[in-house]
Amino acid sequence: MRGGGSGSGGGKLAGSPGKGGKAGGGDHREEEVLGKAYDSRLMRRLLTYLIPYWPTVLVASLAMILHSLLQVVGPFLTKIAVDRYLVATERHPTFLDSYLSPESLSGLTQITLLYLATLFFLFGLEYLQTYFMQMVGQRAMFDLRSQMFHHLHRLPTQFYDHNPVGRLVTRITGDVDVLNEMFTSGVVAVFGDFFSLLFIVIVMLQMDASLALVTFSVLPLIMLATALFRRVVRDCYRRIRTAVARINAHLAEHVTGMSVVQLFNREDKSFAEFDRINQDHKKAFLDSVFAHSVFYPAVEILSATAIALILWYGGHQVLDGSLTIGVLVAFIQYAQRFFRPIQDLSEKYNILQGAMASSERIFRLIDEPVTIESPVQPAAIPSGEQAAGQIEFRNVWFAYEGEHWILRNINLTIDSGQTIAVVGHTGAGKTTLTSLLLRFYDVQKGQVLIDGIDVRQWNLQKLRRRFGVVLQDPYLFSGTIESNIRLGTPDITRQDVEDAIEEVNLAEFIRSLPEGHQEEVRERGSSLSVGQKQLISFARALAHDPQILILDEATSSVDTETELRVRDALTRMITNRTSIIIAHRLSTIQRADRIIVMHKGEIRESGSHQELLAQRGLYWRLYQLQYKEQEIAVK
Amino acid sequence: MAMKTWQDLRPLFPYLRPYRQRYLLGLGSLLAEVFFWVAVPQIIRFAIDDLTQGVTSDKLIQYAALLFVAALCKGFFLYWTRMIIIGISRDAEYALRNDLYRHLTRLSSSFFQRNRVGDIMSRSTNDLNAVRMLLGPGIMYSGRTLVIMAGAIAIMAHISPKLTLYTFTLAPIIAGIVVYFGKRIHHRFEAIQAMMSDISARVQESLAGIRVLRAYAQEESDLAQFQMLNRDFMERNRKLIRVWGMFYPILEVLMGLVTVTVLWAGGREVARGAITIGDFVAFNVYMAQLAWPMVALGWVVNLHQRGLASLKRLDTILSETPEIADDPMAHFISMPAPKDGVAEQIKGASIEFRNLSFSYNGVPATSAAALSEQSGKGSHSRSDRRVLKEINLLIPAGSTVAIVGPTGCGKSTLVNLIPRLFEAPTGSILIDGVEIHQYRLADLRRMIGFVPQETFLFSETIRENIAFGVEQSSEEEVRQAAEVAGLLSDIDDFPRGFETMVGERGITLSGGQKQRAAIARAVVRDPRIVILDDALSSVDTYTEELILTRLQSALRGRTAVVISHRTSTVKHADLIVVLVDGAIVERGTHAELMQHGTYYPELYQKQLLEEELEKA
Repeated sequence: MRGGGSGSGGGKLAGSPGKGGKAGGGDHREEEVLGKAYDSRLMRRLLTYLIPYWPTVLVASLAMILHSLLQVVGPFLTKIAVDRYLVATERHPTFLDSYLSPESLSGLTQITLLYLATLFFLFGLEYLQTYFMQMVGQRAMFDLRSQMFHHLHRLPTQFYDHNPVGRLVTRITGDVDVLNEMFTSGVVAVFGDFFSLLFIVIVMLQMDASLALVTFSVLPLIMLATALFRRVVRDCYRRIRTAVARINAHLAEHVTGMSVVQLFNREDKSFAEFDRINQDHKKAFLDSVFAHSVFYPAVEILSATAIALILWYGGHQVLDGSLTIGVLVAFIQYAQRFFRPIQDLSEKYNILQGAMASSERIFRLIDEPVTIESPVQPAAIPSGEQAAGQIEFRNVWFAYEGEHWILRNINLTIDSGQTIAVVGHTGAGKTTLTSLLLRFYDVQKGQVLIDGIDVRQWNLQKLRRRFGVVLQDPYLFSGTIESNIRLGTPDITRQDVEDAIEEVNLAEFIRSLPEGHQEEVRERGSSLSVGQKQLISFARALAHDPQILILDEATSSVDTETELRVRDALTRMITNRTSIIIAHRLSTIQRADRIIVMHKGEIRESGSHQELLAQRGLYWRLYQLQYKEQEIAVK
Repeated sequence: MAMKTWQDLRPLFPYLRPYRQRYLLGLGSLLAEVFFWVAVPQIIRFAIDDLTQGVTSDKLIQYAALLFVAALCKGFFLYWTRMIIIGISRDAEYALRNDLYRHLTRLSSSFFQRNRVGDIMSRSTNDLNAVRMLLGPGIMYSGRTLVIMAGAIAIMAHISPKLTLYTFTLAPIIAGIVVYFGKRIHHRFEAIQAMMSDISARVQESLAGIRVLRAYAQEESDLAQFQMLNRDFMERNRKLIRVWGMFYPILEVLMGLVTVTVLWAGGREVARGAITIGDFVAFNVYMAQLAWPMVALGWVVNLHQRGLASLKRLDTILSETPEIADDPMAHFISMPAPKDGVAEQIKGASIEFRNLSFSYNGVPATSAAALSEQSGKGSHSRSDRRVLKEINLLIPAGSTVAIVGPTGCGKSTLVNLIPRLFEAPTGSILIDGVEIHQYRLADLRRMIGFVPQETFLFSETIRENIAFGVEQSSEEEVRQAAEVAGLLSDIDDFPRGFETMVGERGITLSGGQKQRAAIARAVVRDPRIVILDDALSSVDTYTEELILTRLQSALRGRTAVVISHRTSTVKHADLIVVLVDGAIVERGTHAELMQHGTYYPELYQKQLLEEELEKA
């Protein structure tokens, strides 16, 4: 019973399906439940992950087979001991007999020593087998996780618009863990059990063919019992997994929305709903308890029947002298060993089923197509004079979905070194414009060109390295302030980081921190104010010394004091750089070379601050609004 | 030690008491099973002994038949033992889980603020599972092992005390090794679990910030960082394997040693003529069957330890007293039954705030300690900060009051106190002139239709979401509520109409649609008091106006408290209150405030312009 003492709870017991819920645990939603326990297509694909480690797998497999072979030795030694020393009988001498002492006490000691040696080898081989197999399993899991994470990095941004992050995290952690369990819980050892069975069958046949056949006569019944059990239990486990997923989903949802439940006097009803799922869970489990409770005794009865048959038929043979007592005893011992792996098999079944379901989901993620990637032969990157950071949108139409156009026929050229400001209402398409520049999405019609080359022809990394982006919602990673500014770019020196900090007027704040720029930043920068986070992301953009700067509403959540600091820094940042500034606050953009007013996916107005004011159009109205706001702020 | 364990188990007693008889039955069945368990090798023993002395074939058949019958009986009782004892654990698990959920529905909002969802989740799933393992398999295997050991030792000692002594010296070693390995494995396993949550957090962070990573072309370095964690995770797993991979081989060797001992010592005894060959075989069979119970002994010890630790964690939730509940000593005001005709007059209810001051940590702190220490971190900075300062406000029955003010001024807190989501000091809030604690909590909340700031819908159908807060509702009522909330045309556009599923398994509603669904949910309750906590922020001004007009006619005569950022929402209110920093700084009608106010007219001007722009 390999699962028995495991840290993850007993495989021996009907309790293990609780693990199934773990896969759905991360995002607490109902997982799709698959009924198949063994899918050769999936299994074959899983096995490909072992290919790189084939020498280790080979060693483990050899150890496994040898181990199975050695398991046969024990009863064989018992047989010799009985026949030679305990109940001296006439028989064909085995190869061992010539080495053994004729005197019973020392002979017994010899056999005992042989047995001990066998045990020693058994131990070594099994350890070798489990150790190597599980190590390879860990490597394969490692590779799988890397592959998934790598793939996630290549998937188009659009993919993230449709898939909640929580679910993706579950794929990498929960689902891989279920596969991991397949390795650690000894499902792999099932294959070893098959060999054991095989060798036992051979030895039994060799010892006494007719008695062996009589013993095997219960086998069809065992097969039948196992098949029936499997069918019943498959359904149970599916129901259990569904129930566990639903319990988790219900709990997560209602714990999150408990105040709504309470406000609307729904306590009793939601309890009733929960009770129903809980009952389903219990019923499914009780059914599986029933299946196990029938199956275990059934196998025990059948194995006892086999022993009864050995006693009866073998006994007769002993009586007429055609069989020794030693063989009889060995047969009884083999019979006992014979049925244990079969019982084991039914335990592993559930784990195997879960692993299949998880691998199906994992492969579905891995098979998700990568639609945006660097072209096989990227265009030669312009250098020198041409690589100045010129931007052009040429008849660009774009929709996130179908025909819901977010951008309609955008034509816009930004010369290198120019500063362009984009204003307009929420949903006007401003952010989309910058997303297209970075090739987060591909346009449906038209072209986006950087330095005269379509972004689709650029090497993605090289394209994006040209940009420095400060997003609306400053996103900080856990780490230090310095690591947030540098990110993973190795050629940014400590000095660069400090300069950037100085440049965005953040130095004073950093100095006030006990650890300076090594101050720890917690997840999402929760210990910092929005304004501070914003300035850090400014410093991040600056440190990367980009050719093109994109500021997407970067000052929207900054208080007045910080705003003044930022405005100051901004002037320095945009010099000698092509810059696109999306802003609500018109004060930030008055010095732009050109202002673009976007409305409902189109460019409505374009010109300098003064020109646009003179037009008395959208911009003028926006300006009026801002002006008032500033007045209020001053008051 | 034993006393302490007994103490730890106390929370379980209520769950086990109903099963006393079944446990006894299970025990009876267990004893019967073990009886036959012990019998089987005995039959083999006699059969073999007879074989060496030469028996008739009739006797052989008898032995075989006897063996079969004994196995049949053993199987029969094994079935019942499992069914009864494991069955009990499932029943108890079910009851425990239900109670836990029941209890969660009674706990106050502050509990859910203190404790993370994930934490509560893991307690009600993983810990519950560990406790269940203790109740079922834990009890069954410890009972079975003890009884089997007792039975087997008695019989074996009867055959040969010496041999028994030899073989059973190994039993405590096996159990000890299982306990030892169990502990080490568990420790390493926990380390892996901890690492797992690190990886989750890391992946979560990377994927949530994927745009930033892409914009800075940081995929490579992010991958490298992930690989580091991934590698570390693998290393920890391999550490586990080093122990784990040793565990079974060692067990197997130990059990092999038992067989070897029987072979060696038993063989000598047979050779000496002290025991028969049948005794020898019986010993062999006994020991082969005892192998698993010996392992189980150690395993049960681990189950027990883990179960107790989990029980303790579970009990921290179960013993949490609901902070907001009906005072058992109070005499409750019974709700006037709405009668036709009179109903018109009593539709609204007056609300009065009487010198109300409130701070979040001023809540009667019964067991305010969080389940995990982490979640308490916010409370320090908040300490001694009054969110609301001496609020005095009377909202007459049937009138509409609007509350405006900058973010964080305490607007939401104020309205959350009315349905007692948080607890206001006694005597500071009165409804219909009655102190709110004198209403039954359920009655108080039934009066109110609340539309919270953050819309929370459940993954059910739209229909179920709207009818969420009423016992029964006709198709017509739900439709009407949707109509009032301006959601009807949207719903009719959905292919499945009102039966459309909301959330991940169905369609994703837009922010505005969600808010309107939440409004419909409040409307369908036909409440006496309506509270809209910035409930129309995701709806455009035009639709908002439409909804407000419909609301006004649908809820004529009701008292309404409306929080909004938009002056267009509030200008028709009977009274507008401006809240700044938890205190009321301005109050009056739109006209009055436009004349005498400072904050309000500015807000109004600003939004007028914004509106103009939107129309462009």
